[in-house]
Amino acid sequence: MENVRRVISVLVENESSVLSRISGLFAGRGYNIETLTVAPVPNSNLSHITIVTKGSARVLEQITKQLHKLVPVYKVIEHDEMVEKEMVLVKFPIEESLADIEALCAAYNGGIVNVGVNICIGMVADEPCRVRHFLEATQRYNPIEIVRGGVVAIER
Amino acid sequence: MKMNGAQMVCEALIAEGVKTVFGYPGGAIMNVYDEIYKQDGFEHILNRHEQASVHAADGYARATGDVGVAMVTSGPGFTNAVTGLATAYMDSIPMVVISGQVPLSLIGTDGFQEIDAVGISRPCTKHNYLVRELSELPRIMKEAFHIARTGRPGPVLVDIPKDITAEFGEFVYPESVDIPSFKPTVKGNKRQIEKAIEAILKAKKPLLYIGGGVTLSDSSDLVRKIAEMGQIPAVETLMARGVMGAKNPLLQGMLGMHGNYSSNMAMSETDLVISLGARFDDRVTGKLSEFAKYADIIHVDIDPANIGKLVDVDYPIVGDLANVLEKFIEGLEGKIKPERYTDWREVLERYDNLHPQSYVDSDKVIKPQWAIERIGELLGEQAIITSDVGQHQMWAAQHYPFDRPRQWINSGGLGTMGFGFPAALGAKKAFPEKTVVNITGDGSILMNVQELVTAAEYKIPVINIILNNHFLGMVRQWQTFFYEERYSETDLSFQPNFKALAEACHGIGYDVTTKAEFDAAIKDAIEKDKVAFINVQVARFENVLPMVPAAGALYNMMLPKKEDNTKGEK
Ligand SMILES: Cc1ncc(C[n+]2csc(CCOP(=O)(O)OP(=O)(O)O)c2C)c(N)n1
Ligand SMILES: [Mg+2]
Repeated sequence: MENVRRVISVLVENESSVLSRISGLFAGRGYNIETLTVAPVPNSNLSHITIVTKGSARVLEQITKQLHKLVPVYKVIEHDEMVEKEMVLVKFPIEESLADIEALCAAYNGGIVNVGVNICIGMVADEPCRVRHFLEATQRYNPIEIVRGGVVAIER
Repeated sequence: MKMNGAQMVCEALIAEGVKTVFGYPGGAIMNVYDEIYKQDGFEHILNRHEQASVHAADGYARATGDVGVAMVTSGPGFTNAVTGLATAYMDSIPMVVISGQVPLSLIGTDGFQEIDAVGISRPCTKHNYLVRELSELPRIMKEAFHIARTGRPGPVLVDIPKDITAEFGEFVYPESVDIPSFKPTVKGNKRQIEKAIEAILKAKKPLLYIGGGVTLSDSSDLVRKIAEMGQIPAVETLMARGVMGAKNPLLQGMLGMHGNYSSNMAMSETDLVISLGARFDDRVTGKLSEFAKYADIIHVDIDPANIGKLVDVDYPIVGDLANVLEKFIEGLEGKIKPERYTDWREVLERYDNLHPQSYVDSDKVIKPQWAIERIGELLGEQAIITSDVGQHQMWAAQHYPFDRPRQWINSGGLGTMGFGFPAALGAKKAFPEKTVVNITGDGSILMNVQELVTAAEYKIPVINIILNNHFLGMVRQWQTFFYEERYSETDLSFQPNFKALAEACHGIGYDVTTKAEFDAAIKDAIEKDKVAFINVQVARFENVLPMVPAAGALYNMMLPKKEDNTKGEK
């Protein structure tokens, strides 16, 4: 069976061990995690977890069902129709052209967010595939360090 | 009422109707044991190993359907309990295990006897809790019992730091549970049920595939009724023995790796599998691509994750079996025609006549299969039979005439050697008037042999029948078939004196080599009403047959020989 990429949103009760329950489920059952992000939902005792995974149709169905079985899990949203965004920070040497970097980041909904003595930091938030293109494009400016934030998604 | 956390634990257990707690004390749980000393709402049984406490609670739960309860201390007490939790988890047994933990202030400091119990037990519990505040303790206790028994049952761990059991607070035990994220689906989807009923009416060769879920949900009467209404043939998994009743002509037998010929052929040729609370375990299906190759599949299960996990299902129905089966019966009533499946029943009857479940008896040595049949003849329907893991377990499942669910108690999913004896203690505590027999092996019995002392002290007279082949027989069998008879580390010729061992622990022992001695020992053990070891020398090289080699197709069975295959007897 062919592996497909899938974004899954999980609404969970905000208790201390919930993240280990979820990551443990993925590790124990051999499911793949590409990215995982967590943050509390404002004004509630819930957290929103976004997981990007890959698997066959059978595995993806199992992932959803197994997540549902966890007691602190309220809701599992698995949708083709998700608006996805990912943030990435890239550190460049100050010797590179700041104007070029600024223009590149701007092309991907971002900009330069910090400039120091030796480095500057660009930030971009965009769809995951556009982030990939952005990172390819940064290569000619000799990036020193890249930190990706993982995907967050919301139903359309 | 104001009380400390330890007393809250006891009050909660009493409120839940718990009669027996199996456990073992230690530093982190001492506050609770101090309250146990003061109360008389439930009895505490001191097993001689925490693993046995958990298996005993498990056996109690399997025999009654109620939630079993065990209690252990932190660190090694808890880690000893893990095998018990995993055993119960794999077979979906409702259980609450309470463990002590180091005080909150010491958590994370590698304190004495600190271990991350919640972390270790996460994959082998249905849910678990570390209690962080006294105020949440009553709610957590209530939830633990609710989760253990609701939906697909399973074990729940409650880990309680020592300072919380010492702290005083107001105790109000909640009347009800509200966990918005935990609402198992009970009622089956109406549309799906209708479609499944149509499929049954249209099928030519339907087959009831009965799993442990039928036992767990106490819906065997409904299953029997459906089988009866349509005269539909049935096969049982290892966990469902007793559901149909041994004498039921519709029952083909047990299917799977050690299933009988007609059961495995029935599954291979059916055109409609009606799966009730079964989960398509690899020991049942054999090679998946050949499993029920010609069939559509109806799958009824309380756990949606079981449906479509291994095989594609045509009629998925999530719900409580009892609820769904009642709808099935309503829908089939007056419409289902037993004559429709007459040809199919005849085919299966021919298969059964061709290769019945059989073995060749001997007058030189006791055959293990004979021993099982004999126990069945002597004790029959009234006894509760537990078992350990190995050849003896499979022979018991094949040859004992189980007549009702919950009569047969064994570790199916995890296959835990050492389960049988403590589980028998639990079953006997629940049903003191019934004869409880653990059918065990010379390997397995030593894995919780210390329970002789527990059984003797508390006068829990269970009978352990050791089918002694001087081998880790099941492993030896695989070595015979698949490893060119290289018997690596499976020879158990060096043995304890089982009779003396039982007697040293205030039980009673018997050495048996003949059929006459066998009968006499069982009768005497029942009369003496003491924990017993009946050490039976059986044919050493007997194999469990039929056998479907792992990952082979169900219809490719190694079948028993028709002549005596006893060899190398001493
Ligand atoms: C705790 C544990 N360890 C190892 C095994 C693997 N195993 C399965 S059956 C078996 C042999 C059991 O020997 P015995 O109890 O004498 O039963 P027999 O097969 O001889 O009837 C072993 C070692 C197991 N199931 N459980
Ligand atoms: Mg043996």
